[in-house]
Amino acid sequence: MVLTVEAQHGQLIHAATQAALERGARVGGRLTDARALDPALEAVAADIAGDSAWLRALARWAGRWSPLVEVDGTDGLRLDVAGVAHLFGGEERLLADLAARVAALGFSSRAAIAPTAGAAWALARFGRGALVVGERQVAAALAPLPVAALRLDARATHTLVRLGLKQVGDLAGVPRKGLARRFREADHPLDALDRALGRKAEPLTAAPEDPPPRALLPMKEPVVHPEAGTQALTLLVPRLVAELERRKLGVRELLLLGYRVDGSVAEARAATSIPTREPGHLARLLADKAAALDPEFGFDAFALQAAWWERLDAAQEALVGEPSGEAELARLVDRLSVKLGPDKVRRPAPRESHLPERANGWVAAVASQGSRPSTTAFGLRSGRADNSPVVGDGRPNRLLDRPEAIAVIYATPEGLPRRFVWRRRVHDIARAQGPERIAPEWWRERSTARLRDYYKVEDTDGCRFWIFRQGLVGDGRGGAPDWFVHGLFG
Amino acid sequence: MSVASRVEGGLSLVPGGEPARVENGGDPVRTGDKPGGDERAAALPFPDAPTLSELFAASPRDAGWAGFLALQLAAGPLLWVQERMAILEGGRVHPAGLGHHAAGLIHVEARDARAALWAMEEGLRCQALSAVVGELWGDPAALDFTATRRLAVAAERHGVAAFLIRLGGHANLSGARQRWRIASAPSAVHPLDGKAPGTPRWDAELFRARGRAPGRWVAGDDGQAHLLPVVAEPPGGALGKGDRRFG
Repeated sequence: MVLTVEAQHGQLIHAATQAALERGARVGGRLTDARALDPALEAVAADIAGDSAWLRALARWAGRWSPLVEVDGTDGLRLDVAGVAHLFGGEERLLADLAARVAALGFSSRAAIAPTAGAAWALARFGRGALVVGERQVAAALAPLPVAALRLDARATHTLVRLGLKQVGDLAGVPRKGLARRFREADHPLDALDRALGRKAEPLTAAPEDPPPRALLPMKEPVVHPEAGTQALTLLVPRLVAELERRKLGVRELLLLGYRVDGSVAEARAATSIPTREPGHLARLLADKAAALDPEFGFDAFALQAAWWERLDAAQEALVGEPSGEAELARLVDRLSVKLGPDKVRRPAPRESHLPERANGWVAAVASQGSRPSTTAFGLRSGRADNSPVVGDGRPNRLLDRPEAIAVIYATPEGLPRRFVWRRRVHDIARAQGPERIAPEWWRERSTARLRDYYKVEDTDGCRFWIFRQGLVGDGRGGAPDWFVHGLFG
Repeated sequence: MSVASRVEGGLSLVPGGEPARVENGGDPVRTGDKPGGDERAAALPFPDAPTLSELFAASPRDAGWAGFLALQLAAGPLLWVQERMAILEGGRVHPAGLGHHAAGLIHVEARDARAALWAMEEGLRCQALSAVVGELWGDPAALDFTATRRLAVAAERHGVAAFLIRLGGHANLSGARQRWRIASAPSAVHPLDGKAPGTPRWDAELFRARGRAPGRWVAGDDGQAHLLPVVAEPPGGALGKGDRRFG
């Protein structure tokens, strides 16, 4: 008998009984090939999800032997038995106990104890002979095993076999550099061997179960009422907040899911800029989007779930009722971002650059966590005191998204501009200051990028502009220089 | 622009507005932390309490109002809402040119006037903000008397100053408490470089205000920290010794 899974070109054998293996079935092979060898072969579809659920249940049950149990791949469990073996009368007895109890559940199993997780994995799957190996014998025990025992992916294993390195022992004398060219760093065979031999750390990472905070609202019968989303939200928010309070968590991203009767799921999403569990705020963030959820054939359940959450201890915002400024600002940013889109609500994030449009960075306010930009870009402000007036500073307070080309009359080659035409209107320049030369960032731009000479000019009406000439006459990077207007002074 | 007189170290007004006022012996008074503090109110008739002011730019390509506005803004977090068309026509807010206001700036790019007005009203409900600035292009249908009145009421109720900037718009019916028309005026003489633009000057016309007489001034920044006396200075005149050094 074999278990099969659906693959691209027909059914593949997922697992086989001993009898089937003896009659020519091969795990990973095609069912048709096996049927050709043995027409009487019985095939049943494998239940992958069921297997994995069973394995997880088994992992909890295996907590009887060790506090640290980890599901290992799709077909294994890892137990950290350091310091617990004596409770069962030694490592051999522990292994025997484990085999007996698992067999009593109706499973066939293979288990091995080794000083490292990698070695135990290899011995349990490929080992013959002793299944309890001490630190001294690990290398000797691993040497006769096939290279597949190193837990590399199929391609790396295949490459090793093609290189003639068929057993783990063959790797012992191979220089590290020689292999480095043929393998990605992640699956370097010598690293895998080092992990198996305990020369490199490979800790067990049995993360404690940490499901996302979630509140579920099943419906007795499908609802198609357009108000359903809003009503479900008002019922779900207090439940979610109660769970968040119990676990001392705050939401950064919130997800309202509406499960439709036909199996599809409608979702509404909202992000917050600081972790929060304030019911009024959470309800307000999702209110509009919840009302817009389309029931189609009807919702039979709603779930409110945190997609991103952070630790949030109980905090008192202020002595009296008024909320603190930081939290209030964060709430404002959340409301704006939900309605207008997170990329439309931004804070300045200056970058280290001399080019104005590059130095003028923005970052989504939701993502910036309310942090203030700590440093301004260099060269942008003179060394005046912070409380000095803002106006008349070296940089304009309006910047065009793209510099706009203008026609300029100026004293060639590098004189002050006299008159320019911008958006079909002539501006006679009364006063001009400059140039401020900004060289291209040669480490980033192409070699043909031209320098910019910025001028602060004022026309006869008093309007002040920030214009620049791109390039010089005869700099070998193009023809006559172009002029652009880049900013407006207030 | 005609200029009446120049008062040494103090302030003076151009004709067509209120009579000239001179501060106590030309000695500048420090402002408080609040916007529209006592001394400013004496200089230009800015509102005493946070409310809605409407600023009309003389033309979209004249950003003079931005400098005039910067002097009214108090320190603290600032919500700046720009309609998409306003960004295209008048440029985007440039934090490097805003000085210390850039630190707490939250910039909103609104799809249309309706979204911009909504964002402004949301911002006005947040008392942690020091001011809300909204820039609208033209005369959008969403900006009627009711909308401006809502903004004015929200600003006064929550104590957050609101500034509605109108680029290329007409002065229709509005609930704003003060309505200004701001144009750039030829700047002061640069103390070091006769060819260079000096400290900015603005031609500010207050054409509607509640409880105050309208007027027209040439306003400027005298270079002292947070002071805004009203000046009138002949363009291209002699180098004034009270003028701020550029830089």
